[in-house]
Amino acid sequence: MIKVEGLTKRYARNVAVNNISFEVGKGEIVGFLGKNGAGKTTTMRVLTCFLPPTEGKASVAGFDVLEQPMDVKRNIGYLPETPPLYPEMEVADYLSFVARLKGIAGTDIAKRVAEVCDRTAIGDVRNKIIGKLSKGYRQRVGIAQAIIHNPPVLILDEPTSGLDPEQQLHVRQLVASLSGDHTIILSTHILSEVEQSCSKVIIINEGRIVAVDSVAALHMRGRATEIVAVEVTGADSFTVKQKLEEVSGVARVVSRDSKSGNVAFEVEGLEGSFIRPDLARTIVHAGWHLTELRTVGESLEDIFLDLTRAEKTDTTKVEEGSAQ
Amino acid sequence: MRNVLTICSKEIKSYFVSPIAYLLLGLFGLISGYFFYSATAFFVMSGMRQQMMGSQQAMSVNEYVIAPLLGNSSVVGLFLIPLISMRLFAEEMRSGTIELLLTSPVRDWEIVLGKWAGAMAMYLCVLGISVLNIATLSIWGSPDWRPILTGILGLTLQGGCLLAIGTFISTTTRNQIIAGGATFAVSLLLWVLSWVTSYNEAPWAQVIAYLAIPTHYEPFAKGVLDTKDLIYYLSVIFFGLFMTKRSLESLRWRS
Repeated sequence: MIKVEGLTKRYARNVAVNNISFEVGKGEIVGFLGKNGAGKTTTMRVLTCFLPPTEGKASVAGFDVLEQPMDVKRNIGYLPETPPLYPEMEVADYLSFVARLKGIAGTDIAKRVAEVCDRTAIGDVRNKIIGKLSKGYRQRVGIAQAIIHNPPVLILDEPTSGLDPEQQLHVRQLVASLSGDHTIILSTHILSEVEQSCSKVIIINEGRIVAVDSVAALHMRGRATEIVAVEVTGADSFTVKQKLEEVSGVARVVSRDSKSGNVAFEVEGLEGSFIRPDLARTIVHAGWHLTELRTVGESLEDIFLDLTRAEKTDTTKVEEGSAQ
Repeated sequence: MRNVLTICSKEIKSYFVSPIAYLLLGLFGLISGYFFYSATAFFVMSGMRQQMMGSQQAMSVNEYVIAPLLGNSSVVGLFLIPLISMRLFAEEMRSGTIELLLTSPVRDWEIVLGKWAGAMAMYLCVLGISVLNIATLSIWGSPDWRPILTGILGLTLQGGCLLAIGTFISTTTRNQIIAGGATFAVSLLLWVLSWVTSYNEAPWAQVIAYLAIPTHYEPFAKGVLDTKDLIYYLSVIFFGLFMTKRSLESLRWRS
């Protein structure tokens, strides 16, 4: 549905997006992940024909953004970072205005407005003035305007930013409910959001794509070495540590805090070795009680930070990004 | 065309749900009401004086009341037009709603024409107050309608020009005050350009005077429809809207 080839966007002095390429298939939900200023919004603006690309090609639903912008625009629903709302208008008026702009026939407008109000749960505020709505409602009105013409492609720029956790959940559920009939690209810097709603992730950093993968495959990444959390009762920390270090394939044993007064470690295996069965056997043979044994998966957060750090970014910036 | 109407009617609604429309109508009603009252009172007083002096020639309502009234309306328009046009694009750029317009399947010229037409409709509402004032004259007298109609046409065209220029200026900034101020400055300049011919008759002065807006309004006020003036007004409107469209296109490269 969406195809981007060698896309570059230069502003007067800086390069916002540098030679990126990716493809999004029909019905996929793709998370566009990156820090602030990584080039997410610029890429989305190119796809929606708001900005022309400096170099490269982009097409949506088979139409080129430069050659056939009208066809592209008809096939896209777009929620910009700040929802494009007219504060002085009433919700229903605003939605019918957008419906008319998007080329919906006059006789269908009332029906479509009712449908999207229902879908985004804003029916109770349809006769209110947009300027008086809460942020959560505004965001939903923004999504309503994006889906009013039932476009095959939806582009949502940070749909959950600035919302409280409950509202974020609502928006996420709404996006998930739309996934059936729409191809969706959503940008975010909240990692858990990607894990919950997206089938594929594109990580972008300083205008370049650093990873394109499914969420599951990203979790597998960087897990060439296995890390196992072990908790044991019935022995003192020092002996257990010594014993575990002797197990073949173990690279390193690190003591960990344990709340229940047990002895806890994080055991890191050598690359390519499978250490869990041997660990269990060793502990049981020694006559101790094994209370916990589980692999520690690398969180998406870590993967994200690793990938973006690999690009030699300023570490302080990365920390800022993860704090959000 | 449907898109033009959609945008135009949205603009008109925007004026009337905000205080701008009422402020403009109120201010203009007050000022033009005062002008109308003064002109009529002066006309009545000097008419009585002439009768007492035994003059045979009747005074013309057109000359003493309507022409000055329309002339004043055009000057007041100079002040009101920037207030009408300043928000057209500046507000959309500030609030980000421009992204909705530019990513909808609407052509740039449809946006420009719709916005300008909406501003024109607002301007005509304001002008309607003058027309109402003048219409009351027909209760007691029988003014000549031809110069009134051409005068109103002239005011409409003149407003169209200034609004087209104001629309263009509004696309160049996201600050409404700057847009309004700059539009006022440009309009005023186009106004006073006509002064050059009062001290210089050289060809270049004639050219500059031709560019001035009031030069072309005078024939309309006298009831004369000259193609030369029509062409001037229509070409300024076209030029202003063309520049607006260009500026809107360049917005994509600038932002």
